Amino acid sequence: MIVETIAFYVFAAVAVLSALLVVGNRNPVYSVLFLILTFFNVAALFVLIGAEFLAMMLVVVYVGAVAVLFLFVVMMLDINFVELRQGFVRYLPVGAVVGVILAAELIFVMTGTGLGTAAPSAPTPAIDQVTNTEALGNIMYTQYFYLFQVAGLVLLVAMMGAIVLTHRERIGVRRQRIGDQVLRDRSSVELTKVKTGQGASGGVK
Amino acid sequence: MMAIGIEHYLTLSAILFTIGIFGIFLNRKNVIIILMSVELMLLSVNVNLVAFSHFLGDMVGQVFAMLVLTVAAAEAAIGLAILVVFFRTRGSIAVEDVNMMKG
Repeated sequence: MIVETIAFYVFAAVAVLSALLVVGNRNPVYSVLFLILTFFNVAALFVLIGAEFLAMMLVVVYVGAVAVLFLFVVMMLDINFVELRQGFVRYLPVGAVVGVILAAELIFVMTGTGLGTAAPSAPTPAIDQVTNTEALGNIMYTQYFYLFQVAGLVLLVAMMGAIVLTHRERIGVRRQRIGDQVLRDRSSVELTKVKTGQGASGGVK
Repeated sequence: MMAIGIEHYLTLSAILFTIGIFGIFLNRKNVIIILMSVELMLLSVNVNLVAFSHFLGDMVGQVFAMLVLTVAAAEAAIGLAILVVFFRTRGSIAVEDVNMMKG
């Protein structure tokens, strides 16, 4: 129990600190790296709370795909980030006031009321009988199958959208056009039977 | 030292969400950091869903957390694609330059 408590506080503290460094960093590359650190710590918290599959998904999807995408875009675009930092100090007090008020409200509301007593619609099975991944699959592929399909469609549309948005036709590039090759006029090609030892032009000159 | 209850997770999630909003206020010129802040906010939503799923003993919260994860990944992909197209046409990613429907 004591180990669990200490682990929660350590992971939560590192997550919050690295989240602060994400938004407050001078260099966007470091911001992305701190975002990865935040995701790792939250994944550890998910393991602590018994959601192993989601923790692994978080690491795979966020660290493996989203964060690398961010890093790629940050490095690809040639941007003067110092210019974008102007007004940082000016916005700091307003942002801090709004943030503190919002956090206080959220914490007050969330911790004050306590848990409801609604019966779970899909009770969590005991961990020694069914693993977390299996339990999740048992619900997601049966009860929430349509939702699962819609999630797949969302990803498909996102993929197509990203390709359509960023694809551009490059001009002045020579490439093979197979249709033109196949449809070429036959009269421009002459097929000759070449005798052995002679060339196509009728022997060695 | 008291045991970790749902309040601890909800507090953590509230703090992460607030940091996300704070980041949008702070970096209101830089679209990349704003997208990262949105990711932080979605992450805090996931923490909320998983915490409730654990403490109520209901697996549905984790299913929804997974859907949020999916939408967050799609949002990041589309957002960054729009960002790249915008940078190609305007040569800048400052938010105040986003004032044209057609580049």
